[in-house]
Amino acid sequence: MAENFFTDNLDLQFRLDQLDLSQVVEISEDGYRYHDQYPLAPRNYADAKDNYRLLLNVLGEICATCVAPRAAEADEEGAQFHDGRVTYAAATQEALDLLRQAELTGTVLPWEYGGLNLPGTIYRLMIEIVSRAEAGLMTVFGLQEIAATIEEFGSEAMKARLLPRFARGEVTGAMVLTEPDAGSDLGAVQTRATLRAEPFDFAQDRPPGAAYAETTGGWRLNGVKRFITNGGADVLLVLARSEPESKDARGLSLFLVEADETVHIRRIEHKLGVRSSPTCEIQFSDTPAQLIGKRRFGLIRYAMSMMNGARLAVAAQALGIAEAAYREASRYAEKRVQFGQPIRAIPAVYRMLLSMRGEIEATRALVCETGRWVDLHKAYEQCVRQGENPDPADRQRHKQADRLATVLTPLAKYYATEMGNRVCYQAMQIHGGAGYMREFNVERHYRDVRVTSIYEGTSQLQIVASTGGLLGHALDDLLNEWAALDYGAELAALQGQVAEATALLNQCIDRLKGEKERALIDYYAADLADVAVYVINCWLMLRDARLAGRKREMARVYIAETLPKIRGKAAVLQAIDPAPLQARDLILAESFDFAQDKSF
Amino acid sequence: MTYNCIVLVKQVPDTANISGKTMKDDGTVDRAALPAIFNPEDLNALEMALQVKEQHGGQVTVLTMGPPRAAEVLREALYRGADRVILLSDRKFAGSDTLATSYALKCAVERTGDYDLVFCGRQAIDGDTAQVGPQVAEKLALPQITYAESIQALQGSDIVVQRAFPLGKETVKCTLPCLLTVVSSANRPRPPSARRMIAYKLAATPLECPALLQQWPEFETAEALDRYLAERDQKIPVWTAADIGADEEKLGLHGSPTKVLKIDYVVLETSDSRQVPATPEGASALVRELIQDHIL
Repeated sequence: MAENFFTDNLDLQFRLDQLDLSQVVEISEDGYRYHDQYPLAPRNYADAKDNYRLLLNVLGEICATCVAPRAAEADEEGAQFHDGRVTYAAATQEALDLLRQAELTGTVLPWEYGGLNLPGTIYRLMIEIVSRAEAGLMTVFGLQEIAATIEEFGSEAMKARLLPRFARGEVTGAMVLTEPDAGSDLGAVQTRATLRAEPFDFAQDRPPGAAYAETTGGWRLNGVKRFITNGGADVLLVLARSEPESKDARGLSLFLVEADETVHIRRIEHKLGVRSSPTCEIQFSDTPAQLIGKRRFGLIRYAMSMMNGARLAVAAQALGIAEAAYREASRYAEKRVQFGQPIRAIPAVYRMLLSMRGEIEATRALVCETGRWVDLHKAYEQCVRQGENPDPADRQRHKQADRLATVLTPLAKYYATEMGNRVCYQAMQIHGGAGYMREFNVERHYRDVRVTSIYEGTSQLQIVASTGGLLGHALDDLLNEWAALDYGAELAALQGQVAEATALLNQCIDRLKGEKERALIDYYAADLADVAVYVINCWLMLRDARLAGRKREMARVYIAETLPKIRGKAAVLQAIDPAPLQARDLILAESFDFAQDKSF
Repeated sequence: MTYNCIVLVKQVPDTANISGKTMKDDGTVDRAALPAIFNPEDLNALEMALQVKEQHGGQVTVLTMGPPRAAEVLREALYRGADRVILLSDRKFAGSDTLATSYALKCAVERTGDYDLVFCGRQAIDGDTAQVGPQVAEKLALPQITYAESIQALQGSDIVVQRAFPLGKETVKCTLPCLLTVVSSANRPRPPSARRMIAYKLAATPLECPALLQQWPEFETAEALDRYLAERDQKIPVWTAADIGADEEKLGLHGSPTKVLKIDYVVLETSDSRQVPATPEGASALVRELIQDHIL
């Protein structure tokens, strides 16, 4: 049988089987009414799910047979930059061509634009598969968020012109947010957007076909953007300051730019990993642009929404890389003989394999669960946009989905990407010296995964983003729901332990919430995020444990490994020691003169 | 000018992935245990036909002869872009050698209607004879271009094709209609399209409909399913020997002069190695010995 990254991944298939998106799909398919109008639209949920399997199957085969075998080559050649033009490595270009031929582009777009109206959760399973094959390719394939953002917030004319081209894979997109002085702090963006006083005659300035007639005024962008993933794309969504007097996020708007000669790529970065993905520095010189949505909502509404989608995509990317690294390590441990036995028979080695496996399966469950809430939230938003009047139960569910999507997204991104780094670290450890060498794939995975906990918001920012929700007990309903499930006698002990951990989490929340000093909360927020995400994962693993014998053992191992971590972090939170904050200046002082030190 | 293309394909056991489990004790292939796949060079033939269609227009019809299960390769052809597929299936075809097969295919091709080009893979990975393509051409009285690697020109009723051999290339010109057998270096077959897979996933022969009804109970009755498939042009027709007007004497075991006498189970194993002195004398001695053993 041909190799296939979907059919060879039993946990991923289990996840898909367990995933219940019926409510989401019911709404997004408008009660399955689209089927009469669009031949590919599903007749019912079973049909939809069958379609998801087909898609993942095609993708899995392409990734296993064509993309992964050339991943090292794509990494070695890397994206190239010559004479102001960005080109992909040959292997990357081939992979993109294949994905286009397989019509796997624009999958999340609605039917009317030629998309497949795919729920984001399924799309992220696709991203995981692509990333397992070649992490850098994901940054091009995974940017379907751009099209989704145009779909959600763009004008009808923009959508009609651009979305079908995204769906056909004719254009790619890029999110153009970061600047040299505006990284994590996007509110500091300086690229200027100016509205020309006289109406701009686009017809004079543009090649035929790219009509800008729907704009009411011509915006022009000037400034420099940096670290732009896939910056050589055709369609750019650019964050720029439209309100010259402003200094913060409320003066920023989001603009659509179709790359032309005024968009100048100055250089691409030489990176540690994801080398096939071009990371560009872009200069805009009087670049014509169209406003997306309303002025001043660029960052706080549109870019944040786009980034939330991208954060989950990066979580899925880290998961895919971890899956690849785990498999390399597992294979190696089987073949490598030391002390007269394959090293996987050695407790210190299989302990690492068990830990990796547990973290990967927990992450997959977490990313899917998060995705489900995000999808549900989007579906309800769609209802609201279409002017439907929801009943009180739906309204409450909408609110719940909103709350959970907001808190789970940063937690999932945080956990998945840190997990990816841990797994790749252990995978290399299992390889020993061999894994440190270029010849072994794990060396590439180790480099590739590193950026996942940095881009689309660092882990530290994800923690900040989740703290408010956690302190507001946003998880309570969900955790209570899980606690109320029937786990049977066999899992009762385990259930008791997880329930205990949940009580600890609540104590920690209340303890930190009672803290007056903001800096203390921020300092210890990382521990709270850890406790929260560990508790969530323990429940997710326990939920699966009801369904399969292997999953029961997996839950035992994972929970046994995780509970002590929860208790340790909870101990930190219950003590809340202000000492590190007070000692900071002294300890981190640049020069340290013992003779002058009066602190003894 | 548009061109109507017919592609002849075969479902074969995946002989490239034979493991211990898929060989019987007598050394024959256990077909039931082997995954059945689209014969690889037939995919190259289909790809060439699809490219002709993309560049010039026309229709791509895919024909296969085989057991009911062979409908799987027809669905794969639909997923890749075929416009029309036909399954040639009848117990009377069973046991056909290349001669009987090519006779049946010839009858079927004649029944499909007007065509300009017939494409076949160079050879199938199960029998490895490379005979069916040329025999079909003979029986249809078509010129044949074997080992076709690329179509260099196609204009009016003239085609220029480059043929590939181990030691070189040959460019030939031919008048349509003609038959091409395509080699694996011709192209990289496109992957199945996800969208077409969704569109054609229910495409089925009448023989497959009961199973389909079981899988999708929402259709409730066989008639409702049939109507649904018919409305969407998703019924894969099955042609029998009678449908193609074939002479039964020329089909199946009757029509197959090839008889398999015996099958040898050859095990290639390395045994012990021997050091040959690295001198001209040592080498000559080895060569003499190999000649004596009829190896050289």
